[in-house]
Amino acid sequence: MSVVTKKTAGVADQVGVDRLLRMYKQMVAIRLFEERVNDLYTRALMPGLAHLYIGEEAIAVGICEALTRQDYITSTHRGHGHCLAKGASPDRMFAELLGKEAGYCKGKGGSMHIADPDTGNLGANAIVGGSAGIATGAAFSAKHLKTGQVAVCFFGEGALGQGLLYEEMNLAQLWKLPVIFVCENNGYNEYTHFSESTAGEVCARAAAFGIATETIDGQNVRDVYTIASRHIERARKLEGPAFLECKTYRYHGHHVGDIARAYYRPKAEEEEWVTERDPVTLHGQWLMANGVADRAALDAIQEALVADMDAAVEFAVGAPYPDPDKVDQDIYA
Amino acid sequence: MLDLATPVRELSFGDAIKEAIAEEMRRDPTIVLMGEDVAEAGTTFKVLTGLVDEFGKDRIIDTPISEAGFTGIGVGAAMTGLRPIVDIMFGDFLTIIMDQLVNQAAKIHYMSGGKWKVPLVVRATMGATRRSAAQHSQSLHAWPSHIPGLKVVVPSTPYDAKGLFKSAIRDDNPVVIFEHKISYRKVKGPVPEGEYVIPFGVADVKREGRDITIIALSSMVQVALGAAKLLEEVGVSVEVVDPRTTWPLDEKTLIDSVKKTSRCIVMDEGYGRYGVAAELAAVVAQGAFYNLDAPVSRLCAMHVPIPFSPSLEDVTVPSERQVVDLAMKLCGK
Repeated sequence: MSVVTKKTAGVADQVGVDRLLRMYKQMVAIRLFEERVNDLYTRALMPGLAHLYIGEEAIAVGICEALTRQDYITSTHRGHGHCLAKGASPDRMFAELLGKEAGYCKGKGGSMHIADPDTGNLGANAIVGGSAGIATGAAFSAKHLKTGQVAVCFFGEGALGQGLLYEEMNLAQLWKLPVIFVCENNGYNEYTHFSESTAGEVCARAAAFGIATETIDGQNVRDVYTIASRHIERARKLEGPAFLECKTYRYHGHHVGDIARAYYRPKAEEEEWVTERDPVTLHGQWLMANGVADRAALDAIQEALVADMDAAVEFAVGAPYPDPDKVDQDIYA
Repeated sequence: MLDLATPVRELSFGDAIKEAIAEEMRRDPTIVLMGEDVAEAGTTFKVLTGLVDEFGKDRIIDTPISEAGFTGIGVGAAMTGLRPIVDIMFGDFLTIIMDQLVNQAAKIHYMSGGKWKVPLVVRATMGATRRSAAQHSQSLHAWPSHIPGLKVVVPSTPYDAKGLFKSAIRDDNPVVIFEHKISYRKVKGPVPEGEYVIPFGVADVKREGRDITIIALSSMVQVALGAAKLLEEVGVSVEVVDPRTTWPLDEKTLIDSVKKTSRCIVMDEGYGRYGVAAELAAVVAQGAFYNLDAPVSRLCAMHVPIPFSPSLEDVTVPSERQVVDLAMKLCGK
């Protein structure tokens, strides 16, 4: 199946067939994970809020494929995709989402606070823009301790309204810290189109600090990976941070309960992104068109993942809740 | 009480703090200190003068005027291998770093199920009568004391300041230390040359007495001791107890003292309403209830924004005269 044509040899050589397939697999995994979150939530098995990443998978996957396991990320309230792409296991992710002891944070964090030192995940953050300091601080450590690590700060375009982000960009460029600011611009700050909240050009804000910026088609995982790789390696050499604006779309509402959305975005717009711009479909088509994989191979990837995800859900649903006696543990180290 | 087994010098409050930082930085290369004008300027209070000469600008780091920004870097750096001290200069600027302190630093260990640690020290100042008006004079140590996950140090003497600061640096949790800015030069006291640390959560009896306990923090310890001398002349024996840390709190020593004396005044330069003194008063009122001969009383900063004019500002801080009058009343004299 791995017949690479002359036409695309450039991209295939650059990215590598294994990685092209792995990126497909990772995107499908996130999609399947999130579909099950939606299901668990609507069946009232999941407490709290669920902010789905469906539609934005190419960004987390493209960026995290360009990182090592030791590199750091900080994530957001819409963070399941980042955590999975960085290497988290679906079973312990689901367990955390359901508030179970087996979860990544022993049920103390939940959907918006998945953290995992083993995969360099400094934590998802429920304060919009709140992790910009943590990511920049991790980059500070990497430079100070000469570890060669890079930190990626994922945030939505809503965080462009937060002052902290600009303080961190100034400090990062001033001190040449190896941090990549990844702005996932899905077009909507909760229930408000970003044009109603954001003056000027997005990248111009970072460019004003002298930071390298790039606007990326966030639905094209190959573009995200190749462009991010360049900036990540530059940052790793301590040549400066980068700001990447990835244009994308949130298929679902701000959270699962956000069903009636016509008052803030037209149905036709949603349909256009889903049918014309879906990152999983587009990458699958590219893989087939370029002879990297055929339909049967892609289907096989999906089937295997469905089985894994269903097993992960089963594990989490059956896992015990934390003993109430543990409520006051882990407050202090 | 002070151990005088080792050679002892007289140090100012500020010099004791500088010595603590210098000793710890020599011992542990992962300690860095950052803030506005901390390097060559040695802070606006000139407390750190000379440290940059010994440790260099990679470890004594001048920052832009971005308290939230560099506190955020401190949080992220603390999670990833460093032990940062961030200096926010005036305690009033706590308002600016509150998200990084309260929603990030304080909660990361708990939210991550005990996986990430934040060994961060935040230096802040407190104290009025410096003619600095309403935005540079507040004593806001009640704010972090309210938050699970933070530890709060409020030293009153050079000996305590040095030993507690060293403990703060070695602690694996975020610690906020409030240094009284009037005390930097004004308060001098014996400090042994040898190595020592003072554990958190251990109150210190600054003076023993029989008739009334004054629980006092920071600058109020000196006021309480001054009042105790005056009261002694009229036959009232005063015990002065300094909790030294508001959290963890040595409830037992406070309660035992009040059980012995049967009367208590709690003094604090912070606001009384919903403040540290309110909490300490509640602790002793409950713990020593059956031994009390008078209501537990508070003497705190007046509930006004700190005014500029000396004639106005001076009346906002509790005085020896007020302590004497209140103690006499409570003792039925």
